[in-house]
Amino acid sequence: MYVAVKGGEAAIANAHRLLADRRRGDRNVPALRLDQIVEQLGLAVDRTMGEGSLYDRELAALAIVQARGDLIEAIFLVRAYRTTLPRFGYSRPIDTGAMLIERRVSATFKDLPGGQLLGPTFDYTHRLLDPSLMGEGPVDEPAARDSAPEAAPRVTDMLGHQGLIEPDVNEDQDAVGDLTREPLEFPLNRDLRLQALARGDEGFLLALGYSTQRGYGRSHPFVGEIRIGEVEVELDIPELGFALNLGRIRVTECQMVNKFKGNAKVPPQFTRGYGLVFGQAERKAMAMSLVDRSLRARELGEDVNHPAQDEEFVIAHSDNVQSTGFVEHLKLPHYVDFQGELGLLREMRAEHDADQEAAE
Amino acid sequence: MSDAGNARQVAMGVLSNATAGHLGKLWGAWADKPAFHRVRGPETGLVMVRGRAGGGGNPFNLGEATVTRATVRLDTGEVGHAYCLGRDGDKVVQAALFDALWQRDPETVEAQVLAPLRAEQAEADKLRRDETAATRVDFFTMVRGDD
Repeated sequence: MYVAVKGGEAAIANAHRLLADRRRGDRNVPALRLDQIVEQLGLAVDRTMGEGSLYDRELAALAIVQARGDLIEAIFLVRAYRTTLPRFGYSRPIDTGAMLIERRVSATFKDLPGGQLLGPTFDYTHRLLDPSLMGEGPVDEPAARDSAPEAAPRVTDMLGHQGLIEPDVNEDQDAVGDLTREPLEFPLNRDLRLQALARGDEGFLLALGYSTQRGYGRSHPFVGEIRIGEVEVELDIPELGFALNLGRIRVTECQMVNKFKGNAKVPPQFTRGYGLVFGQAERKAMAMSLVDRSLRARELGEDVNHPAQDEEFVIAHSDNVQSTGFVEHLKLPHYVDFQGELGLLREMRAEHDADQEAAE
Repeated sequence: MSDAGNARQVAMGVLSNATAGHLGKLWGAWADKPAFHRVRGPETGLVMVRGRAGGGGNPFNLGEATVTRATVRLDTGEVGHAYCLGRDGDKVVQAALFDALWQRDPETVEAQVLAPLRAEQAEADKLRRDETAATRVDFFTMVRGDD
């Protein structure tokens, strides 16, 4: 028998009204504007875009303010919004080699064409709280150094010609997996893994990447290159017969270079892990590249012994919207399930007690 | 592709990359506004942005971006299209109108619209590059010890 229980409509309506009030907070404090969030909480916006898998700075800012700064809730809102829009098509692959670079560093090569460009980084700061930010004091304009456009080829392409680093495989295949269209079926190709990792939870991927460094699937990584900047997005337009430049997006790319002892088919060389994320998201791109490389274990003939090498474990649990949905559903009413379990336990306990008495 | 197609492609790219504010000013300043009707949109949808594994390898789907598109037809017959990142319908309609006007009179659109937009974009890119260049590491070697 299924018993439907109704009730709580008024409580729910008032809870949402209370949420709206608490979200707004003290009315004497000015309400946040979206442009303030976009401009001054830019990295929260970037994380929401990346894991929400939707590039739109203003929408991400709206999601953040609606979610009271809870970024997983904001990501959830962005994911829900994207389902309401039609898909116009798939872009041509972006060319990170032609990026308008805002930051570019390599830990493996000191002297690079295009140089080491620190950009707006937290690196080398002392992590001391800055009381001056409590006021609205003036902020200096950045320094500028006159420069001409300069080619900055990807580091991994430069090392490639010496045959010591595995080259990119470009088979120009037509069928690119899309996890927003078809359910995942393991084992996955790398294209689907990269899509899942690009939208995966930063904390989860960070912990997994860290685990590989601590010995759970050691992969001897070096940062070949990190670059952050803007790339053009191009879309083939059928009614025009050519590709149109739609504008630019900011992305972060990480090329992890990993020592590889070789196998029967491949001589000793550096293999690679790849990270690519919307916005300025360096930690996420680095974690992604570590996990991408560890998930290539099967392809490279390495033993699969550790969590970060287990594709199904990693990809099935990397999405924070899925994770939060299943974890948080536990708080919804399970009264009938629980009554059933309670009845079953009573019977088991009675049998147990009866067995105990018989044994004595 | 013909040269005309190529030139139009470049012009449309400049319009897509324009800031909404600047494009709006240029449309406001356009003296002889044409009669037109909207064939499609403006409508907002998504484009799945692709990257390549390793930067140059097989493509994969990185994530989606909002894109708004519009198509307009001038009373003189030219059909203009625009697709721009974002959700700004006014900007996209203005871009489509300038695309249509470009087909009618490329020289005037080039001089009054595309040239100032290009200049603004070039200036913004130059500033970005120069600010980044100021953070370039100039390595030097310290020679220590006796010689």
